[in-house]
Amino acid sequence: MAEREELLTGWGRTAPTAAHVCRPHTAEEVAAAVVAAGPRGILARGLGRSYGDAAQNAGGSVLDLARLDTISSVDPVTAEVTCGAGVSIDALLHRTVPFGWFVPVTPGTRQVTLGGAVAADVHGKNHHRDGSLGAHVTRLELVDGSGERRTLTPADPLFQATVGGLGLTGVITSVTVRMIAVGSAWLGVDTTRTASLEDTMSTLAECDGRSRYSVAWIDCLARGGALGRGVVTAGDHLGAGDVAGGGDNPLAFAPRARAVAPRHVPAGVLGPRRMALFNAAYHRAAPRHAVAVPTHAAAFFHPLDVLDRWNRLYGPGGFLQYQFASPDPRVVRRVLEGFRSARVPGLLAVLKRFGPAGAAPLSFPLAGWTLAVDVPARTPGLATALDAADRLVLDSGGRVYLAKDARTAPEMVEAMYPRLPEWREVRSAADPRGVFTSDLARRLRL
Amino acid sequence: MIDATGQPQSVLVLGATSDIAAATLVRFAAGGRLRRAVLAARSAEALDVTATRLRTLNVREVVQVPLEASDPGSVENAVEAGFAGGDVDVVLIAFGVLPDQQGALARPELAVAAAQVNYVGAGVAALHAANALRRQGHGVLVVLSSVAAERPRRSNFVYGATKAGLDALCTGLGDELHGTGVSVLVVRPGFVRTKLTAHLQPAPLATSPEAVAEAIARHLSAGSQTVWVPRTLRPVLSVLRHVPRSVFRRLEL
Repeated sequence: MAEREELLTGWGRTAPTAAHVCRPHTAEEVAAAVVAAGPRGILARGLGRSYGDAAQNAGGSVLDLARLDTISSVDPVTAEVTCGAGVSIDALLHRTVPFGWFVPVTPGTRQVTLGGAVAADVHGKNHHRDGSLGAHVTRLELVDGSGERRTLTPADPLFQATVGGLGLTGVITSVTVRMIAVGSAWLGVDTTRTASLEDTMSTLAECDGRSRYSVAWIDCLARGGALGRGVVTAGDHLGAGDVAGGGDNPLAFAPRARAVAPRHVPAGVLGPRRMALFNAAYHRAAPRHAVAVPTHAAAFFHPLDVLDRWNRLYGPGGFLQYQFASPDPRVVRRVLEGFRSARVPGLLAVLKRFGPAGAAPLSFPLAGWTLAVDVPARTPGLATALDAADRLVLDSGGRVYLAKDARTAPEMVEAMYPRLPEWREVRSAADPRGVFTSDLARRLRL
Repeated sequence: MIDATGQPQSVLVLGATSDIAAATLVRFAAGGRLRRAVLAARSAEALDVTATRLRTLNVREVVQVPLEASDPGSVENAVEAGFAGGDVDVVLIAFGVLPDQQGALARPELAVAAAQVNYVGAGVAALHAANALRRQGHGVLVVLSSVAAERPRRSNFVYGATKAGLDALCTGLGDELHGTGVSVLVVRPGFVRTKLTAHLQPAPLATSPEAVAEAIARHLSAGSQTVWVPRTLRPVLSVLRHVPRSVFRRLEL
């Protein structure tokens, strides 16, 4: 298999490292590459949407699985579909929505592979009701550390260690997921503008009672009591008959990126002052309260996908996304106030309520709240401010999202993920030679 | 690994007893991520001081390695020892000597000795370290050059010549390594108040080891670059470079 040395980063475009990248066509080729892996190890990579260094392997091999791209038909009885690990949620939705099937869980972008989505155990706006992706996966095919191809089901400890396992238990080559039936590609969306963080949080909690999907965009740059004001959106799939505007096919699903961000953007284009103005305008533009507005799934679930490679907007210094989950609602305010007093600008922030945690030992979500904040990586004092936030999160029984991590201290992760020893045991049984590794695994000493 | 906020977890320092090296180590350790430091220097006693300081700053693994900078074999061994315990995020080449200019003119063997350390020793260290970093696919090589490398001055051209050689080698090396995940930071401080220069009258725009350390830490994730400390030296030297020799030789620099 041809391999090429490439410089890789995560979506945040920080900490580039070089790896030997090859693109296997089949699970057999994946197995051969695992057997041939050198001392710097091997790692699967999808579409590179992890913000930090989870999909990098400095000096070693990286398998780009884009060519494992087969999609089976959806079983009409079990609703299961089997996909190659390199299939993106975008490709899957394009294929299945016209037949009335939607993915059970989608993150904020369609541009992730199913293999990557399982390895991160992604969550979506329906976590409070449906849990994370791992709960809807019924079968995985995995190439383990000896190059053996294994078929795993949820009862298998290695299955659970692979869900949220950051690619460190093996190379996922195929994913079987249970889809949900939908009558249209549209959702009825309620939008509520909120005036403060408390308002945002109580509105979200209310929405969760009646809507399958809910999320809040919040303004971390607003001053004083307005900190955490936002726009809460909540939605449910619409049936074919509920979609107004008749004539058109309600199951049509053909979204495309409308533009590509320019390759070279100078630093500071998304500066805090400009973003504060943008946030204020965005907040004002949202309706005070709107009910059941038909919204296409692509616009509701994946708003940022309209601008391809938007990560370039942060300029050459890159950015990182700090996402934590905590059972304690007060931690959200404490973290935001900590950022404000340290002058760390949270340029884009998303708040959501989580339902109960899943079964996988390294899965991120836990019952409570989750906040995700984008910050330019070259912000002075950022490291210290984030360490302080980690402390607040840990003390409240919370944790940070490893698939987005780019800077947490190893000791901190150890404390936040108490099931790490259990995961390590399963992992070392599946990979006794320790061939699967990543920059994140090295940095956090997983 | 160097994280997204530019903090290293492991360093190898050649010439670890220099004031700039010590300040840089302390600066790295202050971030709380530095776990392993391999320190190489000639004097074991002086090294003990730096090592003890780092341990109090929670650096868990401090390894001391002997180094004779004028001996390329010893330099190679020290680099090898640095990488023996795992990945190295930052290699700092901080050793150097400041020969007495008039002495070296009278006894050329003193100029040879300075070149042997500042150019041959440091250059060999840079080349070996670059190869090792290249194999691991990531890391930053930090090389202490000097403003003296920019244009030879009457008062210290013997020293300047050794640094000019090293500066050229490492600037080229940084460009050679572009796109490999390894970068080379060439640091050109002006007059730094250290034990090396304690006997001299400070030059204009004199700086401190801490300022050099801060500049190094700030530029770790910036790719291969030339860093001036203080920053104002860059425009100043840009002007000085174009001053005609007939004038330049008369300047009291």
